[in-house]
Order: sequence, then C-alpha cells, then structure tokens
Amino acid sequence: MSVKMEYRLGPGQRAADGREITLEVKNLKVYYSTPTGDVRAVDDVSFHVYKGEILGLVGESGCGKTTTAMAILRMVQPPGRIVSGQVLLDGVDLVKLNEAQLRQVRWNTLALIPQGAMNSLNPVMRIHSQIAEAIVTHEGKQPKDKLRQRILDLLAMVGLPSRVYDMYPHELSGGMKQRVCIAMAIALHPSLIIADEPTSALDVVVQRVVGQTLLDVKERMDMSMILIGHDMGLQAQLVDRIAVMYAGHMVEVAPVRAIFAEPLHPYTQLLIESIPSIKERKPLKLTEGLTHDLRNPPPGCIFQERCPKVMEVCRVERPKLRQIKPEHYVACHLYE
Amino acid sequence: MGGLTWNYILKRVGMWFLTVWLGTTIIFVVPRLAPGDPVAAMIGRMTAQSGYIENAAQIIEAWRARFGLDDPWHIQYLRYVGNSLRFDLGYSLANFPSRVEEMVMQALPWTIGLLLVATLISFIVGNTIGALMAWERTPGWIRNLLPVSLTFTSIPFFMLGILLIYVFAFWLRWLPASGAFGRGLIAGFNWPFIASVVQHAILPATAIVISSMGFWALGMRGMMITTAGEDYMILAQAKGLKPSRIFWMYGVRNSILPQVTALALSLGGIVGGAVLVEYIFAYPGVGYLLYQGIVTSDYTLIQGIVFMLVFTTATLVLILDLLYPLIDPRITYERG
Repeated sequence: MSVKMEYRLGPGQRAADGREITLEVKNLKVYYSTPTGDVRAVDDVSFHVYKGEILGLVGESGCGKTTTAMAILRMVQPPGRIVSGQVLLDGVDLVKLNEAQLRQVRWNTLALIPQGAMNSLNPVMRIHSQIAEAIVTHEGKQPKDKLRQRILDLLAMVGLPSRVYDMYPHELSGGMKQRVCIAMAIALHPSLIIADEPTSALDVVVQRVVGQTLLDVKERMDMSMILIGHDMGLQAQLVDRIAVMYAGHMVEVAPVRAIFAEPLHPYTQLLIESIPSIKERKPLKLTEGLTHDLRNPPPGCIFQERCPKVMEVCRVERPKLRQIKPEHYVACHLYE
Repeated sequence: MGGLTWNYILKRVGMWFLTVWLGTTIIFVVPRLAPGDPVAAMIGRMTAQSGYIENAAQIIEAWRARFGLDDPWHIQYLRYVGNSLRFDLGYSLANFPSRVEEMVMQALPWTIGLLLVATLISFIVGNTIGALMAWERTPGWIRNLLPVSLTFTSIPFFMLGILLIYVFAFWLRWLPASGAFGRGLIAGFNWPFIASVVQHAILPATAIVISSMGFWALGMRGMMITTAGEDYMILAQAKGLKPSRIFWMYGVRNSILPQVTALALSLGGIVGGAVLVEYIFAYPGVGYLLYQGIVTSDYTLIQGIVFMLVFTTATLVLILDLLYPLIDPRITYERG
C-alpha cells in the first residue's frame, strides 16, 4: 500500500468544472521503426479520463487504439517506441518512470483487461494462484485464508462460482476467462483500468454479460476505465464519453449522447452512419478512398483523402483538436 | 475433470506390455535371421586362438543342446519369453560361465551414474541456455556468448572426447584418461574411492554434456520464442510481476513440456550406455559391454542389453505418461 502513497501525489488535476482527472495524456507520439521510415502509429494524441467515468476509445483496425493503450502501460513492444509526450496518471508522468517504479504502478494503479482473453491466462497455473500472484507481488505475503476469501469475493463480484477458484484456464469458457481477467484487474483497486476490446472474441450474449459485469464493477468500485473497441453499439451502452481515433490521430472527443446525436467530424459521421440497422439496408459509406501511408502522412488533415467534405485548407493545414461546445472536442476545419 | 482414470491406466499398462513384448520378440527373431551360427562362430574363434580343437563337431553338438538351439523355434521362443519375464538373460556366449544379467548388473551402476548425472546437467544447462537465448531481457553479452558455446555441440562426440583426453589428461595431466576409478583402490564407501570415481567421471561427463546440450538449447529456444508471443506474457508484464517470475513461471514453465518428453526418452536410452564415449574413455559401463558383445558376436549379451533397453525405455515412458497431468493440466485422460 505504501506504493500507492508514493505515487499518488495528491488527487491529480482538476478540470475547469472541478471534476477530478485520473489520467491525462498529452501530445503522445508512438512510432514504429521500419527500414523505410517511422510508422506514426500514434501522432500527437491528447485526451483525459475523469475519475469514475468510462471513456470509449474507438476507431477502425490499425488506427492506433491498442498502441495508445500499450503506451499508457509503457508496454509498447519493439520496434515501437514512445517518441514524446506525457502520460499523467494521478499526477505522475508514467513516461518518466524507471523499470522498478513502473512495476509498482502496474496493476496497483493501472490494470489491463487484455484483448485476447482466450489466451491471456497462464495455462499451467490455477485461477487462484494467478490472481494471488498479482496481489502478493504488490502487497507482500499475507495469511492464506484471508487471501483465499479475498479471491473468492473477487470471483463472486464478477459473477463466477467459487469452484472456478481451483480450476485451470482450459476448464473455463471464453466468457468466464474474460470475467476472471476482470476479477484480476479489480483485485488491487486500481485508479484506471484499460479494457482492450474485452468482448471482441465473445458471442453477443456473452458480450452483454461481460459488458454488464464491467459496468457493475466500475460502479461499485468507483474506478475510471478506458474501453477500447470498434463495436459502436456496445460503446453506446457502456461508456460516458467517446474518443474517436483515425490514423493515429484523435479526431473527436465528446459525451456519448452528443456523438450519436450530433457527430461533428466527417469521419465520426461516416462511422455512425455505418452502424447497421434492421429497418433499412444501406450501402457502407466508409469504403471510399484509402488511408494514407502512415510513414508519410500528407500535409494538412489526415482524413483528407477519404473525406466527403474536403476543402482547400484541409490539404494545407492540419486541424487542431479544439473545443467547439462544452465537452465536445473536434479536429476539423469545418468548425473554425 | 483431469487426472487419471482407471481406464486410462489400464490402457497405458497394456501398451507397456505390448511394447515390451514386441521388443523382446524382435530381439529374438533378428539374430536368428542373421547368417551364421553363434556356437560355430565361437568354436571358430577358439580354433583361431589355439590352433586346433579336438572333436569340434561334438563340442558344437553339445553346446547346441546345452543352449537349446536344436529345439523347434516355437519352443525356443516360449522358453526365451519365460526366461525374459524372470529377467533370466542366460549365459554369455563369449564368457561362458558368466551370466548376462551379472555382467549387465556390474556395468549398469557405472553407466547410470555417469549418464544420469551428465544427462541431467546437460538438460538443465542446455534448457537454461536456450531459454536465455530467446529472452529479450537477457544482457547482450550473454546472448553473444551463447551461440559460441553451442558451436562445441557440432563437434562429434568422439572427437570431443579425444580432444578432452589430449588436453586435460595427456597435456595438462589434470585428470585421468580412462577407467572408472584408480588402480589399487578398494571399491566401497570410502573417501579416496569416491574422489577417484568423481575424478574419472569428469572428462566423459563433460564430453556428453557439451555435445548434447545444444540439442536441448535449440529446442528450448524455439519453444521460448513461441511462448514469448502468447497473450499471457503481455498480461504477466502488465501485472507488474518480477521479470524473473515471468521468465520461469510463464516462459520456461510453458516451454518445457516437450523437452520433458524428450528427456524421458533419452533417460530410457541411458541403460544402453554411450557406446562411443565409454569406449574412448574405457569406462566400464553398459556401452563398453555392448561394444565388447558386438566384437565377440556374443548374441546373448547383446540380446540381454537390448532387452534392458526396451524394458527401461517403455517403463520410463509409462511413468512419464502417468506423471504428465502434473506438469500440464490441460492433458486429461478422460478420452484416453
């Protein structure tokens, strides 16, 4: 517990309206080195997460969602690297921490619900020892029966029967494994949980159950969460605000209702229009044009080659993410 | 769920019987298909040694009767199987009054002592090297050193043995060149004898370890690289576990499974001795005995040694099959 004291240097920053900010990402750049130049997977991304909210991070495959998440965890794999930027978690810049400090922050204040829940548990360890090792690593040894009760409570909290305690991962279904991952993530009561497409490998029924479980634990434990995904329907049900990424850039950030009611950025508009509806069949609009080469982004707006409303200025000047309405940020020349 | 079932144990023990039976039958059949008559061959050798033997034909007749070689083949076979079941391996043809099982039992402790220790050291060192080669956190200088150590592996067994004898026994005179213990020592549990045994074992053991550890290292390296790409490695890192724990409990623990199978098979081969190494170092083990048996066409001795080999290999595989669920919980014997 002393670890938390060490890094939790006060309550963190506050937004203008007084809401507490758990995570603030400032001008984050993550590049992957390739023989033909750097791929700018995350390019100058800034956003923040309020205490107790779920921020949805959406965008198409390859837009940099997962890379952003891995950068926050300081787990970008080579040849990737964090080029510049700040990741302030409870006021501490994670980018500046050394290995030992990072290990203490991980799971204590910042937990991950991984993308591939199917294979994210160690196949040769029982469920209880995988949860226990996370607790013991950070809090030290503790009485066996106390630890056991705590793990059973965690399992119960995510709706798993106590028999799971002694099981191996291969004895569980996909949804159960994902809930084990959730139980593990909340074990140390972190300030922030990053859930990387936690439901993508599950069928729709189990998706709902897992989504509901996420909501429940977040409500009960008053944590912040980043929910990465591309399922706009699921996002609409779970998150408080949505951040839309495109080609390594943040193009729009707004409360979930505002995004669905009045999307501002042309990309967001296309994204929401492309949600299938049972009432009408419409052609997919988001297929026109290609994403530019991420090694060599064009001058001006990154969406210019696919944007239906492209203007002269878009070819020359890159729009900045700016606040158009209360809590509604967008990076587009249409609103300047 | 998991664990052993009676059905499975019965099936495995049945397989064990089948393997041993097939093995012994082949041992019975093969020498009888080979041209030549062992008794005639022996008389021939005796003739060559002493010039002339009186009543050679009668001696052959008497010995054939004595060894039961005149009986119909199925009687011979049944008697042979019956004897094998009682571990009665018969008389040595070349050293007539000695019994095969006595000769084997004299050689076996030396071979097992030497090869068991050497194989286990080779397994541990080789797998550790292989795992470190694949581990991205291994310091660069170690990683550069490791492939160099593996080049020794490509030197053939016997070349290495000769090289070691030349350098350490002949040139530096640090260690004895041959035998299992010094002349004039009384075999027993006394310090000079044990020290001498260890001293004599160092060179042959080193030859075996150096030439076989590359096999373990390369296999382990491949497995570790595969394991490093698994999702649970990412979660382990995100949990803030110590790198050493991730290395052993997540990396090595999951990569070692196929290596253990290979270890059981090579342990089964131990009783056959390492023919070349034992020959070069004149080490009085089973391999040396087998070599002598082949040189003197001692069929019963060869049969006896091969029978031992079949028996121990099958037994070790059986034991391993019964132990496997302990190291890999995913293996269940429900469907056998």
